[in-house]
Amino acid sequence: MAIEVRNVGKRFGDFVALEDVSLTVGDGALTALLGPSGSGKSTLLRIIAGLETPDSGEVVIGGEDVTQAPARTRGVGFVFQHYAPFKHMTVHDNVAFGLSVRKRPKDEIRGRVEELLGLVRLEGLAGRYPSQLSGGQLQRMALARALAVQPQVLLLDEPFGALDAQVRAELREWLRRLHEEIHVTTIFVTHDQEEAMEVAEQIVVMNHGRIEQAGAPRELYESPANEFVMSFVGPVNRLGDSFVRPHDIQILPAADATGTEALVKRVVHLGFEVRVELKLQDGSDLWAQVTREQAEQLELSEGQILAVRLPAPRVFAT
Amino acid sequence: MFSSGAASISPSSAGRVSGPSPATDTARAAHRRKLGLRTVALVYLGLLLLAPVAMIFYRTFEHGLEPVWNSITAPNAEHAFWLSIEIVAIAVPLNTIFGIGIALLLERGRFWGKAVLGLIIDLPFAISPVVVGLSLILVYGKTGWFGDWLSEQGFQVIFSIPGMVIATAIVSLPFVARETVPVLRELGTDAEQAAETLGAGPWQTFWRVTLPGIRWGVVYGVVLTTARALGEFGAVSIVSGRIEGQTQTLPLYVQDRFENFDSTGAYTAAVVLALLALGTLLAMNLLTRRTRRKAEG
Repeated sequence: MAIEVRNVGKRFGDFVALEDVSLTVGDGALTALLGPSGSGKSTLLRIIAGLETPDSGEVVIGGEDVTQAPARTRGVGFVFQHYAPFKHMTVHDNVAFGLSVRKRPKDEIRGRVEELLGLVRLEGLAGRYPSQLSGGQLQRMALARALAVQPQVLLLDEPFGALDAQVRAELREWLRRLHEEIHVTTIFVTHDQEEAMEVAEQIVVMNHGRIEQAGAPRELYESPANEFVMSFVGPVNRLGDSFVRPHDIQILPAADATGTEALVKRVVHLGFEVRVELKLQDGSDLWAQVTREQAEQLELSEGQILAVRLPAPRVFAT
Repeated sequence: MFSSGAASISPSSAGRVSGPSPATDTARAAHRRKLGLRTVALVYLGLLLLAPVAMIFYRTFEHGLEPVWNSITAPNAEHAFWLSIEIVAIAVPLNTIFGIGIALLLERGRFWGKAVLGLIIDLPFAISPVVVGLSLILVYGKTGWFGDWLSEQGFQVIFSIPGMVIATAIVSLPFVARETVPVLRELGTDAEQAAETLGAGPWQTFWRVTLPGIRWGVVYGVVLTTARALGEFGAVSIVSGRIEGQTQTLPLYVQDRFENFDSTGAYTAAVVLALLALGTLLAMNLLTRRTRRKAEG
């Protein structure tokens, strides 16, 4: 189901959480709402789910205006940041909840729960209680619970926020594959640009309650609409009013007359890539990203004088 | 909240380390301090609570079982017992439902005058039960606001069971609400919202998610309410008129026997009262332990 948000505004007291936000998400798309904390991304997600009512504007799901409809009638699956498990119920009963409030026959419920627990790889844990699960398992249980009622839309609030790095990477990959399998329209909220780039087909960058830019990951990276998007999506060097991506900086031997002279302040080896912190003659600091091979060829060391060639810098009208 | 059996302080393990060293010395000093603190707490409790209760048990059974049995089976004693049970059986469920409702309002609601409501709920803690009893007479008594109208309808509140139930309900009002509010806060709203997105209506969410989530708070509140309701003396004493064999609850009966120099009767009834309260505590404790173990593995 396609989702359309039209001119939505929301305030909490004096705080403007959303200001005239409009957004279209295509049927079956996997979209990320990306932004720093307080940017309004979670509020927008909760408004789409019906957990929050907008002060103005409309929410349309599958061509139907649901702005005034309660959450339970919207056909939306919601996965909460802290999973919101029903602590007094087993994993089985948690996943079965949506079906049992709909008074479905017992056999059907059992079959569906088994199928879902297989899908999220929690077979054999049906009898456990949430307190006996790890963070990653709780996350997958919450997802199975949301999927049980066959939602038309799946919404996830910071789905990987509370997990450690390894589990995160694993779950990201898995969410992407799951989406390919069941193809439900999905929106997730994140403050991690890498996560958004890796998982989503479309990214919506938000800041101060507004949408800064929406587009495919590559589009955002290559042609950011403004300063905020440029610096939020991908690493960036700021030189006065202009911006340069670290991997666009070319490092040349000192003798090269086509470059500008620079001093190597620090060389950081991060596995395959090497981060070189530089100081230009005019005193400005920047860092460049080079491969290990390049670093070896140039014999980079701290205190060394080099030449750098900067690409045409990007300047945004303010 | 409800801690089933206080956590015992394990003796400091540092005492086992052989050979004197500054570290073990400070550990020993800490150990001694802990022991001292425990002794003070136990002596205090013993003098204040355990000794008097033990004394009552001793006095009751001093002359063997026969006088005890005779006191228990005295018609007025039996009547007082069942009257107390009846009043508790009406007042406690009332206060449970009301208390949960108030707790939900205080914790989840957003309305003008919420702080005032919070204060009103605590009033029965602050006001003397005797005052509660007197004010009930002013409202429902023969010369009170509703007294005339009510007696015309053939309904007597003062000097009969309805008044005693009302008095008991008032003095035991705050417990369920006060025990439920913090548990409700801890539960948060996430699980309830999750239930909502899964298609549960407000009632389904309440019965399946909210109530199970706050049940330990409610249970503890019910235990305290029951204990308070069983033991209520002041307010009921005024409202009931203390008519023997009619409006005499167990605590009133105890006093009546005591004033009539029937010490065995007074002690026996007191023991029955104590056992009832103890039984409530024990039953709830066992119940919560069993279900909690199941839920938390």
